[in-house]
Amino acid sequence: MSIQVRTMADMMASGESPDILFWVGCAGSFDDRAKKITKALVKILNHCKVNFAVLGTEESCTGDPAKRAGNEFTFQMQALMNIELLNGYEVKKIVTACPHCFNTLKNEYPELGGNYEVIHHTQLIQDLINTGKLALADNGTFKGKKITFHDPCYLGRANDVYEAPRDLIEKLDAALVEMKRCKTNGLCCGAGGAQMFKEAEKGNKEINVERTEDAIETSANIIATGCPFCNTMMTDGVKHFEKEEDVKVMDIAELIANAADL
Amino acid sequence: MQQLIFGVLTLTSFGFFAFNLRKIAQNIHMGLPINRTDRKAERWRTMLLVALGQKKMFSRPIPALLHLALYAAFVITQIELIEILVDGLSGSHRFFQMGLGGFYTFMISFIEILSVLAFIGTLAFLARRNMLKLPRLNMKELAGWPKQDANLILIMEIVLIACIFTMNGADEAALQLKSKFGHGFLISSFVGPLFFGSIQDLHTLHLLEQVGWWGHIIMVYTFMNYLPYSKHLHIFMAFPNTFYSKLEPKGQFTNMASVTNEVKLMLDPNADPYAAPAADAVPSRFGAKDVTDLTWKNLMDAYSCTECGRCTSACPANATGKLLSPRKIMMDTRDRMVELGDFKRKNGSDSEDGKSLLGNYITEEELWACTSCNACVQECPVNIDPLSIIIDLRRFLVMEESKVPSELTGMLTNIENNGAPWQFAPTERMNWANEE
Repeated sequence: MSIQVRTMADMMASGESPDILFWVGCAGSFDDRAKKITKALVKILNHCKVNFAVLGTEESCTGDPAKRAGNEFTFQMQALMNIELLNGYEVKKIVTACPHCFNTLKNEYPELGGNYEVIHHTQLIQDLINTGKLALADNGTFKGKKITFHDPCYLGRANDVYEAPRDLIEKLDAALVEMKRCKTNGLCCGAGGAQMFKEAEKGNKEINVERTEDAIETSANIIATGCPFCNTMMTDGVKHFEKEEDVKVMDIAELIANAADL
Repeated sequence: MQQLIFGVLTLTSFGFFAFNLRKIAQNIHMGLPINRTDRKAERWRTMLLVALGQKKMFSRPIPALLHLALYAAFVITQIELIEILVDGLSGSHRFFQMGLGGFYTFMISFIEILSVLAFIGTLAFLARRNMLKLPRLNMKELAGWPKQDANLILIMEIVLIACIFTMNGADEAALQLKSKFGHGFLISSFVGPLFFGSIQDLHTLHLLEQVGWWGHIIMVYTFMNYLPYSKHLHIFMAFPNTFYSKLEPKGQFTNMASVTNEVKLMLDPNADPYAAPAADAVPSRFGAKDVTDLTWKNLMDAYSCTECGRCTSACPANATGKLLSPRKIMMDTRDRMVELGDFKRKNGSDSEDGKSLLGNYITEEELWACTSCNACVQECPVNIDPLSIIIDLRRFLVMEESKVPSELTGMLTNIENNGAPWQFAPTERMNWANEE
């Protein structure tokens, strides 16, 4: 079953303009696990009748991994092309489920001529619930469950967003349990700074294993994340400890979509 | 005669200190320009909270309290130091006492209480470093001089405090011997008789007070002139360093304007490729190879580091056995800056010694271990930013030397060819909407 989603080109052709652009990101577009997060968010947006669009095949990497890897040329090539596209569509507001896209679009595009209001999907969902557009069903999905939240570095420390995802977890019928290292002290999953795309340097442990230990220590049933890369790293970490049966790694958007019976 | 000796000693000390401060300023000025004078109100607030208020220290309460004792004692003791300066130059004895009376007793007592707390703090810090062997204070980058430096500072502080109590204690003992009534300083009126009560000779007691007085001021001057050679310089640098903090979100990396011009030329079919570039548009190199390619703020950061290692203990790469230690990045930057600064003062500002920060001090393996998670930046109690140095060194590796880990070359090629870090065609970008 295909999912209802319109592209910017589509909307423009019919003389419409969306209130918000959903920036899907490369992980959200191509990674099998992250695609599920994308769909969960689209379900929420459709359910709340949010007037949104995606760029579709016109979207391209923000350039984040190139910039973190030290290649400013590749980054700016991507950034300037994207900005031309976004400005052409007169985009004002962007939501994304990827903290890396979020950080780059919000903080690094303005100096290159791209000025948009950029929000993380947890902030948008929080707003939808607070304004009464989205109601969570009393379906008992998370009753008695313990959920811990892993702070993505590019959402937390990088941009000081700590409360929106936690606020959403607290709206579920579940207990939010914190890891010993959380919020400003949160430990990286190991994927940032372009590490996602290379083998780790020589060491005695993988960072995602170290981080998954923190999560398992809380005896949470669910590790919630707000980043497709953290999701991959934590999922691999859980596999490392052979805990796939007991511990699920889920994005906040998926938790909310489940709780809202979508 | 004593006044003359004191005057000469004071002038020499301040002169030598000023000489070294000038070197430090010169070294920092080897860095590239960066604007950190905007948003003044926010800058003052940051300095007051982080440097004066030690806000970030309190993420670890016990060392924060011990550190606060040392810090408060250091700041308040300056009042007594001013009196020592006045007494030393004019030949008076406890100059402030006449004018202040009871308040003077209160003030000295207050200083004494803080000094006792500082004494306890110093002992605790020595124990933590040498007996408890706290991991972050015993890492390999601290072997040798950095470890000695740390212990030396603590020992000097103990000697300083001992001198204060010798001075005040002997004074109290002498007064009590003469008239049964001392100054009534809270600690030394007890400590004095306890240590010096058996001495029934006024002359010896006065001599002891003099020893304490001279010992104190000599220690202060020694300490002051030791600072420029030590990590302990943070007691001054913390203030400008927090004032000039990065105020943008931590995730925002600097934009390279020089690259923008070139990229715009590449993207714009109408651009005139022969147009003369603006004079400031082309830097000597992309990214940083040596300290002269870093900004002055990076270099100020290096002088502000007191090697506490909070950055390194929070670093995910370091925690999992990788070579990277953000503290070492800062120590290397400082050591290289001092080395190059000395070389240039000797051989002229255009001279080069053939060494560089990248290569001679910092290795590629360290740089590629970083996840850019900002934990080190978050942790630093004086707002040092090791990450911006790491990224600038990476930029040099990638853009000037094409030294990129092979998997990353693949990722970069994919972005350039198909607009994603993985090898997927742009036409497949919307497939998710039609898949089950």
